[in-house]
Amino acid sequence: MTVVDRPTARLWTKPPPLPHRPPRRSLLHRESVAGYLLLTPWLTGLAAITVAPVLYSLALSFTDYNVITGELTWIGLANYERMFTADPRYWRSVQVTVVFVAVSVPLKLLVAFAVAALLNGRRRGAGTLRAMVYLPSLLGVSVALAITWRTMFDTGGAVNQVLGVFGVPDRSWATEPDTALFTLILLAAWQFGGPMVIYLAAMRQIPADYAESARIDGAGRWRILRSVTLPTLSPVILLTVVMETIAAFQGFTAAFVFGDGGGGPEDATLTYTLYLYLRGFAGLEMGYASAMAWVFLVAVGALTALIFWTSRWWVHYPGGRP
Amino acid sequence: MSVSAVTPGPGRLARAAATAATVAVVLVLVYPLLWILASSLRSVGETATGLSLWPQEFTWSNYTAGWSGSNGVGFGTFFVNSTVVAAGAVVGNVVTCLLAAFAFARLRFPLRRFWYAVVIGTLLLPQHVLMVPQYMLFRELGWLNTPLPLIVPKLLATDSFFIFLIVQFLRSLPENYDEYARTDGASPLQLFRHVILPLSRPAITATAILSFIWTWNDFFPQLVYLPLVEDSTAPSGLHQYAIAGGLSSPGPMFAMCVLSLLPVLLFFLAFQRLLTTSSATSGRMAAQLPRPRGRR
Repeated sequence: MTVVDRPTARLWTKPPPLPHRPPRRSLLHRESVAGYLLLTPWLTGLAAITVAPVLYSLALSFTDYNVITGELTWIGLANYERMFTADPRYWRSVQVTVVFVAVSVPLKLLVAFAVAALLNGRRRGAGTLRAMVYLPSLLGVSVALAITWRTMFDTGGAVNQVLGVFGVPDRSWATEPDTALFTLILLAAWQFGGPMVIYLAAMRQIPADYAESARIDGAGRWRILRSVTLPTLSPVILLTVVMETIAAFQGFTAAFVFGDGGGGPEDATLTYTLYLYLRGFAGLEMGYASAMAWVFLVAVGALTALIFWTSRWWVHYPGGRP
Repeated sequence: MSVSAVTPGPGRLARAAATAATVAVVLVLVYPLLWILASSLRSVGETATGLSLWPQEFTWSNYTAGWSGSNGVGFGTFFVNSTVVAAGAVVGNVVTCLLAAFAFARLRFPLRRFWYAVVIGTLLLPQHVLMVPQYMLFRELGWLNTPLPLIVPKLLATDSFFIFLIVQFLRSLPENYDEYARTDGASPLQLFRHVILPLSRPAITATAILSFIWTWNDFFPQLVYLPLVEDSTAPSGLHQYAIAGGLSSPGPMFAMCVLSLLPVLLFFLAFQRLLTTSSATSGRMAAQLPRPRGRR
């Protein structure tokens, strides 16, 4: 249809193209330029502060490097060999970290889920309660709380006075080899507010008719939890499991405070990152620390991939997988 | 409406049990916080490690005693150092993460999806892996014993969590605003300045507050890059103070614990709804759950 054939009225109602409107291709071009311009700081940071250091530390892991003297010798796989075969403290740190992650993450998430379910049933004061639960997850990672926790679990401390009522003998929970790690795990679990807030928000999104129809079909509370709540929440559960696992592997501050910076008592709180710090920054063995960092990266990456892989059997996305 | 609202109403016993459980949870969470406060107000004679939340005799002298610090360096210095580092981190994160997030959420450019996948990838990267090589980089640049290693990375948007947080927020804004601006011939930067920036206030506030709180509490990098007493931030200053004799005089030590937690607490009280909500929604959106009640 040509312009001439059109009724004048329609021509009149249709506004002419704006004179300053740029043609489509140039707009896209401008967007690309603007996009990369805005990403420049991030791309610079990615290259200089993330990617280059990761690759550099891989190279460094095959050397013996002393920061003070600047001496650098290529020693091949010797760091890895020593780590795996001749360093019992290394294996101790692996053991401490695995126990810490394997106990603290499920404990924290279970408590978070239970408390979210508890608060979800409440009408009054739910906002205040939610805030109160969230607060420790902001404060708990600090040095101040680690010091407090250690004192509260010390001999004659608050915890012992409560346990004393039940006949448990007074002991220094935070500084005895048998119980120090356990105290550290409790401090981590105490900060369950972060995942709790996420679970609570997700529970409130569950459409009421899901549970309603399950109830009409004769499902009890446990059945509804198992067949409605858990599957609907499974994507958020996956997210919290991944994020909390990665965070727990990096636990440092509390372990540092509990063991006075050395992983004590008897290396009971020697987490992997703390040992990496001791080797690299206190012992100045940058090559060895780099090798430790790379093993850490591969192990955490593999575990994350494994969790994502298992999710195909237990995570349900609304309307199928994205 | 929630699940339990439509399940058969629990009996009186079950309701009492739920209330008791709630009270127990609150007690366990709040007790340690109140206990630090009480311990910071106890006089020297009183056993500092007791169960009580009520000092026999209230005293403020712990605060003045602790404030003078140790080795001639007072907590005033530690707090100034912490403030410098935290302020740098806030400015860096807000500016650069907002710009990057705007590009990811609202502009079309080649490899956009690939770069955003990289953002998510760095979110999962354990930061401790980078400590050794970054230390050597900053050492080469002569930045040790300065706050630069703690601030410059933030100016380069390396805290990818905040890019992610702001992208999630921007995606919840209606897209037709953009379309109007585009048909009016607005350039991408005008779109940012006149449409996106005024609407982004909640995301900017959340980024600023969380950056502040996390940097204020952060310990490992500050320990590594600012090892000298006079350069120490509040957490490492507190740790040195505790080692240097805090355990033998707990009152002043807990007074300084209270002060070092105070900024975090105040920001939390002022912005608690925004913080808990943004934490909850970023989690839910990351898990690709359906959005509540359509777009807002």
